[in-house]
Amino acid sequence: MNAIELEPSPALQEEEPGNYLSESHTVASWLLTTDHKRIGILYLYSILFFFIIASFAAATMRLELLNPQGSLVLSETYNKLFTIHGVLMVWFFLIPSIPAVLGNFTIPMMIGARDVAFPRLNLLSWYIFIGGGLFALYSIVSGGVDTGWTFYTPFSSTYSNTHVIAMAAGVFVAGFSTIITGLNFMVTIHKMRAPGLTWFRLPLFIWSLYSTSLIMVLATPVLAITLALLSLERFWGIGIFDPKLGGDPVLFQHLFWFYSHPAVYIMILPGMGVISEIIPCFARKRIFGYYFVAFSSVAIAVLGFLVWGHHMFVSSQSVYAGLIFSLLSFIVSVPSAIKVFNWTATLYKGSISFETPMLYAFGFIGLFTIGGLTGLFLASLGADVHLHDTYFVIAHFHYIMVGGMVMAFMGGLHYWWPKITGRMYPEFMGKIAALVTFIGFNLTFFPQFLLGYLGMPRRYHTYPPEFQIFHILSTAGASILGVGYLLPLIYFIYSLRYGKKAGPNPWRATGLEWQTSSPPPKDNFLRTPVVKRAPYDYSPFEEEHPQNV
Amino acid sequence: MSETTAAPAHQFETLEQQREAATLGMWIFLATEVLFFGGLFMGYTFVRWSYPEVFEQASHRLDATIGGVNTAVLLLSSLTMALAVKSAQLGKRNALVAFLSLTALLGILFLGFKAIEYHGDYVDHIVPGIPSYHFEGPSAPQAELFFWIYFAMTGLHAIHVTVGIIVIAIMAALAWRRSFSPEHYMPIEVTGLYWHFVDIVWVFLFPLLYLVGHR
Repeated sequence: MNAIELEPSPALQEEEPGNYLSESHTVASWLLTTDHKRIGILYLYSILFFFIIASFAAATMRLELLNPQGSLVLSETYNKLFTIHGVLMVWFFLIPSIPAVLGNFTIPMMIGARDVAFPRLNLLSWYIFIGGGLFALYSIVSGGVDTGWTFYTPFSSTYSNTHVIAMAAGVFVAGFSTIITGLNFMVTIHKMRAPGLTWFRLPLFIWSLYSTSLIMVLATPVLAITLALLSLERFWGIGIFDPKLGGDPVLFQHLFWFYSHPAVYIMILPGMGVISEIIPCFARKRIFGYYFVAFSSVAIAVLGFLVWGHHMFVSSQSVYAGLIFSLLSFIVSVPSAIKVFNWTATLYKGSISFETPMLYAFGFIGLFTIGGLTGLFLASLGADVHLHDTYFVIAHFHYIMVGGMVMAFMGGLHYWWPKITGRMYPEFMGKIAALVTFIGFNLTFFPQFLLGYLGMPRRYHTYPPEFQIFHILSTAGASILGVGYLLPLIYFIYSLRYGKKAGPNPWRATGLEWQTSSPPPKDNFLRTPVVKRAPYDYSPFEEEHPQNV
Repeated sequence: MSETTAAPAHQFETLEQQREAATLGMWIFLATEVLFFGGLFMGYTFVRWSYPEVFEQASHRLDATIGGVNTAVLLLSSLTMALAVKSAQLGKRNALVAFLSLTALLGILFLGFKAIEYHGDYVDHIVPGIPSYHFEGPSAPQAELFFWIYFAMTGLHAIHVTVGIIVIAIMAALAWRRSFSPEHYMPIEVTGLYWHFVDIVWVFLFPLLYLVGHR
């Protein structure tokens, strides 16, 4: 029940070296910092800002859907709301969430480096991100966009009378921040590892972020050129997506999903990495099947590039292409399943304790499994014809992205919070929030599977009255989910001042990031660590507490 | 990005590590660029596969001579860039400055020919999107699409050439101020990688746009 008692390593505790937070307190020292830890925190604030806006958009939609006639907002407003929600959540919250916040903060420490390979590029990526965000915000305050986050042509290129180009520009610009982050991580992981830290001694979080970076670097430029072509099409009518000149609107869908399906894995692989850190730590056990978990990340990254066509089963794609894409989509689920089995096997005979990060990790495994299995329904050609563009799809990807990624992000944030701030969050409140989030999430999204199966299409704000009960359940769940997100916001801020001192390694974890003080000094380590062991070298509970046996 | 001293940047242990990191970073960036252009090449492939005859017909309206000369100019600039990297390795400062300047000048020459060519296209009424555009024939819309793709691809490439010229000019200025040495010439090497990439893109663009149906 209670947190593991502190076991400070005396050498690190007594001297209290200056840390990266106490170095300097000026605004300029933050805005001009090249310290990966501070940049991670800049990202944390930025994505929190976009998360709040996107959440309000979602909350308004849920309120609207309480009533079958749709009496709260106009149809056009509703269209703009789901576009804001989608665009901001995908590109300005989920994609940077774990990589740019937790990844930035922990990668150099996990591999025993002083910083990432290109610290100034790292800062630049944050400024580019903010620049992209300003475009998106401009597009929202000047009237919004009604195309949905997918910007499908010909609606986005020809018919929509909203600020599509500004929004596309925002995503285009933010994409370069993603590319730079991915590039920086790849080079850092290749070239900056501490002596003795071979590839197979790397924590699995690093493997998952390496795979994520691979996708960021190879997929994002395709989105960039696609959105550039969309803007040219809209501005000048260059015809590449316009049948009048011989172009093809479906070409846009192919190019868009060539990026956006791999991007789905940008939005889950980092979460899997976090879970791979949390599970061994709170089961006090070495991860089961290290190589399988590591290579399944790479396999997901590679196979993820080959499945984009499953978004176009009903978009005039040939049935043979559909068959292939369906098969490949089933294959890509295998490495994900391998991970779930390995996490579960790690728990077997582990000395499990239920701290907040572990609760989020359990939530992740269950919700991700549901999200993944329902994905197989959608990857089946026949079932997809029935389920395409319904609430079933909405529920499926929210189980992955919210039930998976956001749960993992919250778990990781709790796990590394002592390292980031040097303070413990209130454990009891943490557990309450994790449970509230889990309950609220399921109540929000499980009814949507039923809604979708019964035929409720996505993106409609009026619906037949018999669907109302499911929408009421979903909105009730969303309110609970909101409480689940609000609680950590409150107690995290509280803990900055009143949380008890964490010490270097409150979880008695084995990763290199825990071998330095909390918060870490500016250069992370007082001297470069040398690695002699495999990761997750946990000893069972009995060995750690011989008196209890 | 260049460090003027021979000491590695604070996050690196050795200069060798820094050099490897910078080179790997540039290779990854070039992979990104390949995919960035890749979207356009995909669009090109799709449209050409749909209307092969129109592409032949419209391609003949482009000035293959200037395109050919420009190909030679860029290939020559790749040679001078390679010689610049070699000079940097050997620590020959004057040769380095000369070859970098020559590379930048060849880049400017390329853009100059490109401007003449664009002007020729304008006179020939094949610049789409402006009132003077005119193309006769039953497949006029698809031809317009070809010209759009031509301008999008060569335009994007010209932007990359411009960026390259600016970076090379900066490198030449740094070399003039003796910022590089045989131990520390990584920025030159990385710039060279980028420049060769820009050339290679052109090597693909030239036949795909100018030589369609030439036998």
